[in-house]
Amino acid sequence: MTINPDLQGRSYPAAEVYDVGREKIREFARAVKATHPAHFDVDAAKALGHTDLVAPPTFAIIIAQRADAQLIEDPDAGIDFSRVVHADQRFTHHRPIVAGDRLVAELHVDGVRAMGGGAMITTRSEIFALAADDSKEPVTTTTSSILVRGEGQ
Amino acid sequence: MSPSFHELSAGQEIGSRTIEVTRTDLVKYAGASGDFNPIHWNEAFATGVELPGVIAHGMFTMGSAVQLVTDWAGDPAAVVDFQTRFTKPVLVTDTTGTKEPGATIEVSGTIGKLDADAGTARVDLTVVSAGQKVLMKAQAVVKLS
Repeated sequence: MTINPDLQGRSYPAAEVYDVGREKIREFARAVKATHPAHFDVDAAKALGHTDLVAPPTFAIIIAQRADAQLIEDPDAGIDFSRVVHADQRFTHHRPIVAGDRLVAELHVDGVRAMGGGAMITTRSEIFALAADDSKEPVTTTTSSILVRGEGQ
Repeated sequence: MSPSFHELSAGQEIGSRTIEVTRTDLVKYAGASGDFNPIHWNEAFATGVELPGVIAHGMFTMGSAVQLVTDWAGDPAAVVDFQTRFTKPVLVTDTTGTKEPGATIEVSGTIGKLDADAGTARVDLTVVSAGQKVLMKAQAVVKLS
């Protein structure tokens, strides 16, 4: 299986809406062993000036990996998921993610580089919050590189 | 109490902590994140794809390592940028039914750079498991008052 070099520059538009719930923030926070009260106690979050529970710094990976799945599962991409290794990850927060947010992610394929028999693929998710009138506010930009190992790699 | 920008200097240590990891933690992270790749919970599958055994999600290590920064900053929302490279896997042995961890991750942080215009401090994290650096260029940018 070979990686389609034409992937570079491709975009996948925002698909489903991700509703950020309080219990999901608490569950994710426990899963990364976070103990800060702003993840668990609404009053503690409000005391810091937030409207509701604040998500941990890496929470957006849930939304970003859902967006990435569109690429990985695209038969045209030629990616064998069992050979994928996560190489790097970055989160840039334009504002914190809080409970009650309705988030969508636009996926961009920023780079495809052949490496041996495999490829390094860099993707960027632009995550927006939808307002009541469906206008979009930038929330988080995530970038990630995955190495798709070739045969014998 | 959150740190004040003017009291900080490059090279200053912000603290350290030890994270104990069990197979149960990896199952919890899989459920919370939606990443159900079996290399993070199934020994036979992991060794079948030429790994030494079950390994932690890179995102588990990244997500738990940053808690040192979150707690130091006093507000999780102060972490405005966070990046890393994943260099070595964290091997988590099966200690189910005992009180022993399957792996330990040592995290320490120092101030790497201060940006007076932006009012931010870059915290550089050193993240080690089984004597090896498992994250590289693990940098969290913190917005300070």
